[in-house]
Amino acid sequence: MDLSLLIIQLLNGLQLGLLLFLVASGLTLVFGILDFVNLAHGSLYMLGAFICASLTFLFGNFLWAVLVALPITGVIGYLVERFVARPLYTRDHLDHVLGTFGLILVLDTLAHLIWGPAGIAVPLPAWLDGQLQLGETLVIPTFRLLIIGAGLAAAAGLFWLVNYTKLGMLIRAGASNRTMVSALGVDIEMLFALVFALGAMLAGLAGMLVAPITEASIGMGNNIIITAFVVIIVGGIGSMKGAFIAALLIGLIDTLGRSFLDDLFKLVMSTDAAETSAPAVSAMLIYIIMALVLSLRPQGLFPPRTR
Amino acid sequence: MTKMTRRGWITVIVMALLAVLPPVFYLTGHAFYLDLATRLSILGIATVSLNLVLGYGGMVSFGHAAFVGLGAYAVGIPAYHWLYYSTGDWAVSGLAQIPLAVGITALFALLTGLVCLRTRGVYFIMITMAFAQMVYYLIVSIEEYGGDDGLVIDTRSELPLINLDDPLHLYGLAYVSLVVAMLLVRMIVNSRFGMVLQGAKGNEERMITLGFNVYAYRLVAYVISGAMCGYAGALLGNFTTFISPEMMDWSRSGELMFMVILGGTATTIGPVLGAVVFIVIEEVLSSFTIYWHLPFGLMLMAVVLFARGGLTGLLSRTKGGKE
Repeated sequence: MDLSLLIIQLLNGLQLGLLLFLVASGLTLVFGILDFVNLAHGSLYMLGAFICASLTFLFGNFLWAVLVALPITGVIGYLVERFVARPLYTRDHLDHVLGTFGLILVLDTLAHLIWGPAGIAVPLPAWLDGQLQLGETLVIPTFRLLIIGAGLAAAAGLFWLVNYTKLGMLIRAGASNRTMVSALGVDIEMLFALVFALGAMLAGLAGMLVAPITEASIGMGNNIIITAFVVIIVGGIGSMKGAFIAALLIGLIDTLGRSFLDDLFKLVMSTDAAETSAPAVSAMLIYIIMALVLSLRPQGLFPPRTR
Repeated sequence: MTKMTRRGWITVIVMALLAVLPPVFYLTGHAFYLDLATRLSILGIATVSLNLVLGYGGMVSFGHAAFVGLGAYAVGIPAYHWLYYSTGDWAVSGLAQIPLAVGITALFALLTGLVCLRTRGVYFIMITMAFAQMVYYLIVSIEEYGGDDGLVIDTRSELPLINLDDPLHLYGLAYVSLVVAMLLVRMIVNSRFGMVLQGAKGNEERMITLGFNVYAYRLVAYVISGAMCGYAGALLGNFTTFISPEMMDWSRSGELMFMVILGGTATTIGPVLGAVVFIVIEEVLSSFTIYWHLPFGLMLMAVVLFARGGLTGLLSRTKGGKE
């Protein structure tokens, strides 16, 4: 196990963790405040990637595309809230799961209709496409650093928004007592729609950031949404702090598990056994962690104090 | 004799049609419809068993596809060993494979149920899904059994008197199994055990205060449901003769749930009706367009938004709005 590989994998884990946080934060906001399970949150991540890809080709510039695509995903989020989520708020979680499951099928197929079955690669501007030589064997793509920077900035912005602004105060108040907030004359429906749109923009941003690496593709949202659910369950549903810590934890564990678990296993078992069991265990690792956390603390690591 | 309810009539009519029509189609040269009916009967067993926990027990399991998949692999893996490692003939005997499928899924349901049932609400939904994903990734990572690409079952289960290579025999087995599954769930639900289960769905605290160990009742129901799904999986493996981890993808679990909701939860015929309508619509739509998921998804949303109580609710409601 050499050091530069470890550093690279740590950075990769951090990057995955931050992307997961962007998706999970919207999910946990919507769940914490609206008590709404949104399986289709991953589709917003996918739409963000596709819209950004199209705009990159239109403008010829990735950054402009991101700036324009963000409000568009916000609007899509608003529409989803208005026409699908809002009628379901008073229903139970089962109806949420099924309704948004239907929405996934619709949005995935719409993406298929508009952008075709193949994935779309997103070109980066030259200054982002380079690599940083940090040591003899330590090379880090510049764009990955940008993802980490943007992820941290978004997380910081979100913390500021939730903890230090009037809107954030209303959001927190709505999370702890919805009826009271609306009795105090706050337009609760508008607040809900805003939260939903904000969540959509965060998920969209994650999709836009990942698109240049993995390309935009149908079904990309369905892979990350399940992991994002693991994150918010482990972190405690409705807790922003929990989502952040759990996202980094899951991102790091998943990435490091995939690259180093076989080495670890070789310490205690034969090489053959390690090489066959390590991939299986590393793929299941985050689910094992989730099951462990839930069996010990059924409310997650950092359950919100309210309610 | 008491007068049969409207829902009772629907049950009898649907099951009678399922008994008669597919074999008639097959014998008149339309083998395709028998295939369709076999598939929906097998899925019907899975939805009927899911309904036991979801509809009557109020436990929203989002991982039931894993039981189906495990059941199918309990047929596929022994058959694979029989073919390539010349394991004894017992490995392709249905009398060994089916108990294996039921046993493994019951054990898996017991172990995961012990953990899952400690949680409530959305945590339960997600942890059942997490366990299903674990199985999914486990199978994906075992290259010996095909991993991602799946596994072809060369030899169907060998059973006395029944030849599963004959489509009519296979359908007969699936249909009879479905009827038995429906009767079994109905019997369970109407028993004292089932009453406690439904009571706990309505008011858990009251049942606990009355002295019932709700956790244990739910666990038993969960195990029964998982084992029945495992049996459905064993049949499914025999029907498709190809199994892959894709069978246990979380969207498959979502589809099973949808079939139950579509047909109507906590009814005898609902889950079957849901499976029938789901498979037929899927078949019809996908023959028109490759974009069939679009109308399908819209339909799903419409059912959730507007048709509460599912098809059984719609059909058994008279003008007064009562059953």
